[in-house]
Amino acid sequence: MVQALLAGILVSVACAVAGTFMILRGLAFIGDALGHGVLPGIAVAVLVGFPGIVGAAIGAAFMIGGITLITQRSRLSSDTAIGLLFIGMLSLGVVIVSRSNSFTGDLTRILFGEILGISKQSILIQLGASVVVVITAIICARPFLLLSFDPEQAEVAGFSARFYHNVMLFLIALTVIVSFQTVGTLLVFGLLIAPAGAGALLARRIETMMGWAALFGVLSMYTGLLISYHLQLAAGASIILVSVFVFFVVFVMQNLRHRRVKITQGVKHES
Amino acid sequence: MSHKRVNSITSPGALVKEGLVAESSGIPFISARNLTIGYAGEIVVRDINFDLPPGQAIALIGTNGSGKSTLLKTIVGLIPPIAGQITVFGKSPGTSHARIAYLGQYHPSGFVLPLRVIDVVRMGRYPVYGLLGRMGKKDEEIIREAMRLMGIEHLADRPLRSLSGGQQQRTYLAQVLAHQADLLVLDEPTAGLDAAGRDLYLHAINDELCRGASIVVATHDIHEEAAMCHQVMLLARKVVALGSPAEVLTPEALLETFGIIISSEKRIQVLECQHGHDGSEQTGSGKSGH
Repeated sequence: MVQALLAGILVSVACAVAGTFMILRGLAFIGDALGHGVLPGIAVAVLVGFPGIVGAAIGAAFMIGGITLITQRSRLSSDTAIGLLFIGMLSLGVVIVSRSNSFTGDLTRILFGEILGISKQSILIQLGASVVVVITAIICARPFLLLSFDPEQAEVAGFSARFYHNVMLFLIALTVIVSFQTVGTLLVFGLLIAPAGAGALLARRIETMMGWAALFGVLSMYTGLLISYHLQLAAGASIILVSVFVFFVVFVMQNLRHRRVKITQGVKHES
Repeated sequence: MSHKRVNSITSPGALVKEGLVAESSGIPFISARNLTIGYAGEIVVRDINFDLPPGQAIALIGTNGSGKSTLLKTIVGLIPPIAGQITVFGKSPGTSHARIAYLGQYHPSGFVLPLRVIDVVRMGRYPVYGLLGRMGKKDEEIIREAMRLMGIEHLADRPLRSLSGGQQQRTYLAQVLAHQADLLVLDEPTAGLDAAGRDLYLHAINDELCRGASIVVATHDIHEEAAMCHQVMLLARKVVALGSPAEVLTPEALLETFGIIISSEKRIQVLECQHGHDGSEQTGSGKSGH
């Protein structure tokens, strides 16, 4: 349980940073696609006896390469390219898994995570990745901010829009790769989007958005783990459910508050 | 009141003939020779020739799609020139980042970002410091001053997305001013501004010119903004005319630039007032009431 929580906190921090930029840059679809697209990589890795994380990395690299290639060499928009790669890789993963008999137990772990059985080695890898994500984000704060604000502005300011876009994709991919073991490839996207989304509702600044996202992430991890432990539910899905629930709580509270502000302003106006 | 100040300092053509000619003896900030601009596979304007000396302003006038934005993007290095030569500060475009401030016409995602006004204005200092250069107290002062010049100091901590369109435009302009660049490249900077905002803007760019900066501005404001520039270029997928405002802003040249648009009676009246400076304030469309 302690190890699971530790892993949860590390993953929450990485997801808060990567998820914030993912939302700000409008890269949610690619985040989702990466979560699912790594499946064939993991399946092949498990099949030949490599660590799943290596396969995930190869799968992610393949996806980003493919998306970039299609977007640059055709008139198709990036969401079409992402959709194609996403569904292609997912099907490939399912085909590989269905061909092999040795997958039944592993498959559940790949799809739904194994946060309760997470190894020390995995936690160390997650620690390393989280440090890389946070440091990269600090170094690239200016170009990331400009890029989210207006890519042309970034370019004119001397920050290559394409290069920093790729750095951002790398951060999202790295986060997905090290996070899938906690909640599984099916649900890892939830960790990227739900806490950062709730943070976006509350924050006036990007730093505070990340702070909220990390807080909500850790909160969801802890609550989700507790619920799954006591009610004997799937851990990964419980965590994601809690995080989405947190989003809606924040959303409703925000709307109630706005309405109250409007009403008080109306009263002031009349008096 | 403030209009008068702007007009008195920069009445059309006056600066071109007097003081600033001497300054132009140095290398021009922008120099274009037989420049052809456009996008891959589509030429927008051929054969552009002009020099922009330090401390001078050039206005680009034309309808939508006439090539104004394309020329601006070529100058800042966002799109490569198709043929001919263009140098910016004696180098190829897109290499002197620290010296150029650019205001684009569209701000794709400015609305959803959790950014305060001051954060947006602060971005204007990024090109000066690059990836990791540390900003100090002086920068904060410059940022405050830029917000003050655009009249948005009291909005500093407000989220950008909560502001009106005009207030957002003021914020983007404050960002440009905060850069303290040598060359300002502005695409329709007064779009969405109210009369007070336009006044502040005209004052601010006048100050920038006095500081020695040069300005390239795409504008529809023939009456005031273009008139206070040293050169005016009329564009209609070709260079219709280039010269001082007095030479270029003639009804004939404008007719060719704008085609049908000019045919409204009232519009022609306004433009003719431009040439007899005195009456322009009274007949200027809706600007006197403030």
